[in-house]
Amino acid sequence: MLEIRWHSRAGQGAVTGAKGLADVVATTGKDVQAFAFYGSAKRGAAMTAYNRVDDQPIMNHEKYMRPDYVFVIDPALVYTTDVTINDKDNTVYIITTHMSKEELIASQPRLEGKKVYTVDCIKIAQETIGRAIPNTPMLGAFMKISKMYDIEFFKDNMVRILGKLPQKIIDANMLAIQRAYDEVK
Amino acid sequence: MAFDKLELRDIEVWDGNFAAAQALRQCQIDVVAAYPITPSTPIVEGYAKFLADGYVEGEFVMVESEHAAMSGCIGAAAAGGRVATATSSQGFALMVETLYQASGMRLPIVLNVVNRALAAPLNVNGDHSDMYLGRDSGWIQLDAYNPQEAYDLNFIAFKVAEDHDVRLPCMVHQDGFMTSHTAQGVKTLDDDSAYGFVGEFQPMNDMLDLDNPVTHGVQTEEDWHFEHKARQHRDLMLNVAPKIQAAFDAFEKLSGRKYNMVEKYEMEDADVAVVCMGTSVETAREVALEMRKEGIKAGVVGIRVFRPFPFMEIAAALKDIKAIATLDRSSPNGAAGMLFNEIAGALFNTDTKALLSGYVYGLGGRDLTKAHLRDLYKELQANVDAGKVTTQLQQFIGVRGPKLAFL
Repeated sequence: MLEIRWHSRAGQGAVTGAKGLADVVATTGKDVQAFAFYGSAKRGAAMTAYNRVDDQPIMNHEKYMRPDYVFVIDPALVYTTDVTINDKDNTVYIITTHMSKEELIASQPRLEGKKVYTVDCIKIAQETIGRAIPNTPMLGAFMKISKMYDIEFFKDNMVRILGKLPQKIIDANMLAIQRAYDEVK
Repeated sequence: MAFDKLELRDIEVWDGNFAAAQALRQCQIDVVAAYPITPSTPIVEGYAKFLADGYVEGEFVMVESEHAAMSGCIGAAAAGGRVATATSSQGFALMVETLYQASGMRLPIVLNVVNRALAAPLNVNGDHSDMYLGRDSGWIQLDAYNPQEAYDLNFIAFKVAEDHDVRLPCMVHQDGFMTSHTAQGVKTLDDDSAYGFVGEFQPMNDMLDLDNPVTHGVQTEEDWHFEHKARQHRDLMLNVAPKIQAAFDAFEKLSGRKYNMVEKYEMEDADVAVVCMGTSVETAREVALEMRKEGIKAGVVGIRVFRPFPFMEIAAALKDIKAIATLDRSSPNGAAGMLFNEIAGALFNTDTKALLSGYVYGLGGRDLTKAHLRDLYKELQANVDAGKVTTQLQQFIGVRGPKLAFL
């Protein structure tokens, strides 16, 4: 079982991102789950979304999770929420920030000793899609770090999933995914 | 037909709400009268979009409340159409008066209930308070544990409700957020097979059949009221279960997916078992398998058909179990708990020696963790080892503060 927790603000597309990832994974015959904690959803409020992936049917519906991966798609959430809660020794963090990994860890000592990767999904989204919607770039970074799928296979599937959007937006998302794939470190 | 078909992939990643909306599209509902409420809104929103995009030939009626939504459904069903809607929680509570009208008038409406807590305090998350509120309303109630089942059970619901030997409305329940907003793989039926399964709507005593005028919604007083209610109860007790079983069998032939009135998991040789509903059934199944590796022969019984209550099937499923836990996701507010009482009733005249204890859990969406269930199974095993219930008969799981236990 692979488990992922997304830290996001309502409106940044974590739910769409989690569902998109689940959709791609499902095409390869695996079982998937994508869900979120909404609270009384207000745009901008901190929220979490979740993915489960397994070769077996997923029967577990508990919300409690010890994630293998933590995605942080809003840079400030590293400080205003505990993104390390319920983690494991080998939990991998992919965090959106404009800072270097060293600067980030110095600014948030909780990340000391963790497997941390950084990528500026906000900047990438602004420069490609034109809006600060950092969900698809995070998935590009995840493909690089996890080596889950070949990036071209992943992008082909995302084109299908984003299908109803205007071609210009789809192209921009593909650019964002590729840039995050190339820039995550 | 004057609408477009949709090409679905064999497996789509849908949440429970969208799965239900797709089922409503494929059943070609004539009328949906609806008032939105979290977390059920996307079901009727989905139907409205399919309608606007030309994938359904029907009518969406916007109303001013859930009371009016069900009233609109009653009118449309009495007129002679295939009718459905969806609601949750406070909306369901507001519908209650009209729920009894729908069942008493023998109108085969399908209501998707996305289970949610009842205020106060206000809470949009999932528990079974609204589902429990509907249990004496004369409706058939089916319970889904995941998005696949929310999809499948809608077809079963129309098939059973519209049968002329049944003619009773049917609720399809799913857990708010835990199913309704959780995307999982859903194996789909193609549009023709799905519609072929439920078939063309066959009207009965429809008001728009002007050659055969009928009266609906009459006043009877004491000379006939009891006979009508007794007839309704009789049909629920005798007619409905065989029709549900027949629909389950036909659906298995079509899809390969098998449903049962009572779902039994790891029960053949089980010593201890939990009885529950909704998503908890699946989490408990996973924990039961883990407990077996630790030497505890654990099983799970899920209630699939909540009304009519499968009294005999429950007794048969549980008669050889040594310790049973009932899990109620609704505050009994001064009683032992619905499932505790129903299971006790079903077992009372059997020669079972089962030790029965009740648990209240998950109110307002509070998480039921695998750790909770592991502790619970261990407690049941301790009861078996001691030959008696070692705890109080009613315990609360997952609530903060000092341990709460009663009876």
